[in-house]
Amino acid sequence: MSLIHIKQGHIIDPVNNISRIGCVYVAEGKIISVTNEPAGFKADRVINAQNQIVCPGFIDLSTRLREPGQTRKATFKSETIAAASAGITTMCLQPDTSPVIDAPAVVELIKEQAKKADYPQIYPISALTQKLEGIELSAMLSLKQAGCIAVGNANQPVRNLLILRRAMEYAASHDLLVMFKPNDYWLGNNGCVHEGAFATRYGLPSIPEAAETIALAQCLELVELTGCRVHFGQLSCKRSVIKIHQAKKYGLQVSADVAVHQLHLTENDIIPFDSNYHVLPPLRTEADKQYLRQGLASGTINSICSDHQPHDVDAKLAAFPETEPGVAALETLLPLMLKLVAQGIITIEQGIASLSENPARVLGIKSGALTEGFAADICIFDPKLTWQVNSDNWKSQGVNTPFWGQTFKGRVTHTLQAGKIIHCLEKSGA
Amino acid sequence: MTDNLQLNAEGKLKHFLSIEGLPKSLLTEILDIAESFVGIGDHQIKKVPLLRGKTIVNLFFENSTRTRTTFELAAKRLSADVLSMSISTSSTSKGESLLDTIRNLEAMFVDMFVVRHAISGAAHFIAQQTAPHISVINAGDGQHAHPTQAMLDMFTIRQIKKDFSNLRVAIIGDILHSRVARSQIQALNTLGAAEVRVIAPKTLLPAHVESLGVNISHDLTEGLKDIDVIIMLRLQKERMTSALLPSESEYFKCFGLTEDKLKIAKPDAIVMHPGPINRGVEIDSKVADGPQSVILKQVSNGIAIRMAIMAMAMQKQGAN
Repeated sequence: MSLIHIKQGHIIDPVNNISRIGCVYVAEGKIISVTNEPAGFKADRVINAQNQIVCPGFIDLSTRLREPGQTRKATFKSETIAAASAGITTMCLQPDTSPVIDAPAVVELIKEQAKKADYPQIYPISALTQKLEGIELSAMLSLKQAGCIAVGNANQPVRNLLILRRAMEYAASHDLLVMFKPNDYWLGNNGCVHEGAFATRYGLPSIPEAAETIALAQCLELVELTGCRVHFGQLSCKRSVIKIHQAKKYGLQVSADVAVHQLHLTENDIIPFDSNYHVLPPLRTEADKQYLRQGLASGTINSICSDHQPHDVDAKLAAFPETEPGVAALETLLPLMLKLVAQGIITIEQGIASLSENPARVLGIKSGALTEGFAADICIFDPKLTWQVNSDNWKSQGVNTPFWGQTFKGRVTHTLQAGKIIHCLEKSGA
Repeated sequence: MTDNLQLNAEGKLKHFLSIEGLPKSLLTEILDIAESFVGIGDHQIKKVPLLRGKTIVNLFFENSTRTRTTFELAAKRLSADVLSMSISTSSTSKGESLLDTIRNLEAMFVDMFVVRHAISGAAHFIAQQTAPHISVINAGDGQHAHPTQAMLDMFTIRQIKKDFSNLRVAIIGDILHSRVARSQIQALNTLGAAEVRVIAPKTLLPAHVESLGVNISHDLTEGLKDIDVIIMLRLQKERMTSALLPSESEYFKCFGLTEDKLKIAKPDAIVMHPGPINRGVEIDSKVADGPQSVILKQVSNGIAIRMAIMAMAMQKQGAN
């Protein structure tokens, strides 16, 4: 492993409360010093980070790389390159692969694929119930031992509350974190957009906020009953933020994240029948967006995730309700976070914490900080560099994004994962 | 995108997908051109040569008798070659995608698709994907739009009431699932009706229905006051099994149009229904067949309005 000297960058490390110009020294894949040059340090590689921000590599709490089983949509290879180019050094994989991550063999397969793609920091989330069907419990302990970092049911609701209760109890007995995406199956009613003016105008099947808030409220009750640790993923509406705030105030051990597109888009932004806007939970109202932003600023929501869901062209090539939901989102994660900073919603330190420190806390991993002795997971980005979302710059195999063609400010120049340079903008030729 | 998709560079009709985004002048032009086609049914030779040599394919992914027949007749009276396909049970059940079906038909050199599909947005999707020389007419997509039905209703209203500006129109029934209602509301508001009122129980109204530019009533007796035009919607049997309504008889009691209820509206009010009607469910036979009913007139007008829209989309003007 080489010795790397990251020179004169603006270091932002919320965990250690650092925000100043300085150097970071890396050896043996670890951070050995921040600011002070260790005695006798002879760098093999010097990265000039002048006018750039040096921060912990990003941790994405909800990602899909589509392997195993859906390589027509994306592969480990394509998506890990995209992640590296976006400054993401750790990814949690949702279990809705094919086959579902509900057996240790699938976890082994994923670990092997990650190794092949040269991107080891992939944490599978195991299915909460077998095949995500919400009927029988998955072998959570074996899955944890195989390497799963948490358990969850991805986009599939657990319809039967007794089964949810037992799943949460069982997870709690093995101190497993449950990642829960609140969505009531019946109220969701196979909808594809928010139940509001847009759905009414275009006659599209719709999903009320209550589909999310009722499932959230039920799960909060079960948190109290079972003592299970729960992280709520990809919240979409105002009343969810209020409920999380109240639950935290009450003393429940819960946390929450939001998918970055929810902080920027509402139902009013949907270009009629453009399937790139088909996401679940759906894009909601301006008031919901404002509350999500406030929730992030106040810390009620502590993390931002990409909720990356790359699709093949055919998955989005149909009438809107027939298309598959989701956005390819790894590469827009940082620029969309920076947009919130530019708009004065959060500080740059908060933004970086929501992508590193806070998700690391949610997962309970030693990462998300430039602490001496930690693995050198580092993102270096130029906050002023503009770039356009187009086929020259885009790495993900999925091009399903409503931000296609837009120009963003802020681009990752280098990404280090455990001290290894996994992305260098100059070399990548983009 | 939807706004422009329907019009060509000169602002002329290219596709007819929804009323939304079309200016009042264009809607009026459709009505005027339809007027010129009205008499044709009475002629010895019921044809004009406007679309001679053109091939029109009726693509019905959902069952329909009336709409398909009137589209077929309209195309034939314009001298086009017409092919009607019911696809609900053929290729799609073999796994062929909507797009593949369209591509295959395109390869047979068609000029126009008339599309009915159970999914909202299907006609827009086809219009976006199809070859540039092909026009697409929406004959009903999911719960989104049924613009030719709305235009024939506007045509019928104008024939009788002449002007829209003083009209109060009530639309009664299952607004939630009705593509007809959505298109009617947009057409009436574009043409400048004084008021559009929707009358239904909350379970049959979409969220924020007022955002469409309507007043709301949950009571037929209240709602029919001062009304010039009554539009009844068909009540599907599925609404009972999905717990939106308790029973047909309770629905008829609350929202069925009877002779007594009709008296609440203005004495010269007309009664409309896009069909097919459910006698004794949303409308009493005496009203459906009564002097104020214009239901059959709507059906005959369907041919003229569809001739007008097809001719315009193919850049041909009215019958001269």
